[in-house]
Amino acid sequence: MTMKVPMTEYLRIDLETEKWECRVCDHVIAPAAGNYKEGLLVHNRDPREIHPPVIDPAKYRYTFCPDPDWVRILEFCCPKCGTQIETEYATPGHPPLWDMQVDVPALKAQWASRGPAMLPDAGPAVVPGRGHAH
Amino acid sequence: MKDMTTGGPAPSAEDMKLIKKFLEDTTLFLGPDPEIMQNHDLMQRSADEEHAIANVPDTHTIAKIRDRLQAGCDEGYEMVEQMGAAPGAKWGDVITGIYSASGDLAIASAGGVLLFSSVVHHPIKFIVKNWMNEPTVGVRDGDGFIHNDSRYGNVHNTDQSMILPIFHEGRLVCWVASTVHEGENGAIEPGGMPSMAESPSDEGLKMSPFKVVENYQIKRDLLTFLQNSVREPKLQLEDMKVKLFACLRIKQRIEETLKTDGADALISTLRLTMEDVRAEVKRRVSEWPDMSVRTYIIQDSTLRENCVVKVNCTLTKKGDQLTFDFRGSSPEFTNRATNTILGGLKGMLSQLFLCYIWPDLPRGQAAMAPIEVITDPHSILNCSYDAPNSQSLMSIFTGFTAGQHAVAKFLYSCPEKFTKVHAPAFNMINTFIWGGVSQHGETLGNLCADLNGMGAGATSNRDGEHALAPIFATMADIGEQEVNEEDVPFLQLVSKKMTRDAIAPGKYRGGQGYTMMVATKDSEQWGFMTTAQGAKIPPIQGLFGGYACGTYPLSKVQGVDVYDVMLNEPEKFRHSIEEIMNEQPFEGARYTTHHMGMGFDISKRGELYMISQGAGAGYGDLLERDPVGVVKDIEEGLMSAEVAARLYKVVFDPATLAIDFDATEQARADERKARIARSVPYAEFVKGWNQPKPPAHLPYFGCWGDDIETLYMGSPDKTRRGDEPKPNYMVHPKDVRIAELEARLAAAGVPGDEKQ
Ligand SMILES: [Zn+2]
Repeated sequence: MTMKVPMTEYLRIDLETEKWECRVCDHVIAPAAGNYKEGLLVHNRDPREIHPPVIDPAKYRYTFCPDPDWVRILEFCCPKCGTQIETEYATPGHPPLWDMQVDVPALKAQWASRGPAMLPDAGPAVVPGRGHAH
Repeated sequence: MKDMTTGGPAPSAEDMKLIKKFLEDTTLFLGPDPEIMQNHDLMQRSADEEHAIANVPDTHTIAKIRDRLQAGCDEGYEMVEQMGAAPGAKWGDVITGIYSASGDLAIASAGGVLLFSSVVHHPIKFIVKNWMNEPTVGVRDGDGFIHNDSRYGNVHNTDQSMILPIFHEGRLVCWVASTVHEGENGAIEPGGMPSMAESPSDEGLKMSPFKVVENYQIKRDLLTFLQNSVREPKLQLEDMKVKLFACLRIKQRIEETLKTDGADALISTLRLTMEDVRAEVKRRVSEWPDMSVRTYIIQDSTLRENCVVKVNCTLTKKGDQLTFDFRGSSPEFTNRATNTILGGLKGMLSQLFLCYIWPDLPRGQAAMAPIEVITDPHSILNCSYDAPNSQSLMSIFTGFTAGQHAVAKFLYSCPEKFTKVHAPAFNMINTFIWGGVSQHGETLGNLCADLNGMGAGATSNRDGEHALAPIFATMADIGEQEVNEEDVPFLQLVSKKMTRDAIAPGKYRGGQGYTMMVATKDSEQWGFMTTAQGAKIPPIQGLFGGYACGTYPLSKVQGVDVYDVMLNEPEKFRHSIEEIMNEQPFEGARYTTHHMGMGFDISKRGELYMISQGAGAGYGDLLERDPVGVVKDIEEGLMSAEVAARLYKVVFDPATLAIDFDATEQARADERKARIARSVPYAEFVKGWNQPKPPAHLPYFGCWGDDIETLYMGSPDKTRRGDEPKPNYMVHPKDVRIAELEARLAAAGVPGDEKQ
């Protein structure tokens, strides 16, 4: 039986196929030994859209908004279901990080000795009844 | 074997002994000892410890004694908290602990600043190594040692420790120590944490560990010298006494144990407690997945000028080994105060594990002992003796956040958890530091406890709590502002009111921070400073698709006396930064914004200084947030309806806030499609985004991308190698401003005919 290990709120690794998968829509994202971000879509978000100005940007230099020339938000989403899997507050032009470089053989060995009963059951939980269907 | 450097034979053991003795006899200055300062692991088991463990190996006896000692430490902590004069003491910026005879911290008080617990072993080891056998000093029953210089082991010089050796039948069996964030220490600015310090000589008292107590009495001559060196002589005396008495109480509890169980039981308890914790940490780490996690956190200022200062972190776990690799982080600043000594960083990481990851473990030095930390030499995270570090909090807190962000990615899949997986907490000390002459004519220098109101990060199952606790002391208090106002000549006109729309969105949102507005009232000799980063770039990262917090500036209103306004035209006063700055209700006043590194600024009666505490990070995709939670946030004034609707795609009636669930589901489904439409595949994205060097418009410090060996120093053309230290001077911000203005004059055709 194939075992899938939840690695983050939205990502899991299928130990048999050795692939990163989306936990929301089962989309196969990328090889587990590589950078999962390579299988995602990216949007370069102006941070002022997420962190709105509390005080008037026409009057003031500092407004509670991050400075869009100094920092951007890289938003990574699943190409199939559009779930936002990761964000990265990045210096403009700084290569995105390979944030989770997994030793796949070690992961397989670790879970071979644990068995599926030990898999964490947390997330991705949905709002009962009224959330989006997974 | 031949000695490669001289070509001659290597010196014999006899010769080496002579050389060592010669060097020791001719040492002109006992500076911080790298052998002590770079090591955070436990000392080797001593012969005494071997013997004690052989005699008393029983785990039940040890557990019983450990609980007694723990209670003694907590009692000492309570004493300092209740009796201490420093504001820091009153809200728990304190720790007490028992150290082994070799200097390792075995048991610390449960409350307080655990961070201290991992740095005070350095000065004790210095005393053991240098003063124990020094005929002019010595270590005897009844002695007490004082210390504050961070370069000998401390977070920053504002913290002072009292350290007592404990003897039993003529033998040194352990040490006790008490540490308090005292505040004032005679530095270039009041309050003990000067951001204006450009060299260690600007940082005030520089106490290497020395004997200040004999026969349990504080030596009056040395006390007077210390009082004469600081702005608050009364505080210096009171808290030295309080720390001494707290240590004596713990000593009394130790003596009771010695009486009932003997010295071997005590020594065995201290040693085995540490060894057991160390082994348990190894076991817990081995349950994590083998992986490397990378992250970086940006400090957006040196507190003197805005710049982009990278804290770079790769956390690698293999088997039972955990390694923080901070290479590639910014070079140290030669004339800025935001550097930290390595011990401070390690202490803060220890705090991460003991408070946020494994809070069930006994508090002490052992939890961090097996965890490795790598840095570049002369890095902002491992600064040299000659670099100022009075604002080291900036670097240890951002280092902490890098660790907290990375650890979450290990913990998610781990079946055995001791806390919920959570997003980074807010990490900046957004508060007012103050000083001057009070309404009672006393010279004071300290800070508002509001730094303890950092917003918590969201967890895997719930929102972060608002204004919860400082990351350096999870059980600290915010204190009673009204009580404080009896002693200081200013009021917090707005306090503990949540700052609307300063948010960290997510499936679970971060806990928010509150607004602080202060104005001086009853003194013409009073001022404020603020020492935080994060007015241009958020100082944290979000988790699993959640967002970080936004940014937090300082706002000032000058040319007004708000006390007159409140007396004569009270309807003009507003209770939020948003309203005051946007509506500008006081005619003729000047409204300005600034970054959060305000140097000590003399205030005028009734002028407003306004800041906000920050939010912890959000967790998960915000489109999964319960719509009911979104509306609750609107109702509670955390978020405006417009922002909530736009970001969370919740559809509600603007008048009643009644949610239309079907329309919300549809709006969210549409937004997911819109995301896919506006985003591009990774390979395509990086082609347009990735740059080979930092952008020319940013004063950038640290590595770029994967190349951790090249450290940028303020521009794309100025670099150093990570392993080759170089000075890194910053120009005085006023000189920068003068140069800008001179260039404008020249451009405007003003003749440059000044004599040079
Ligand atoms: Zn998906």
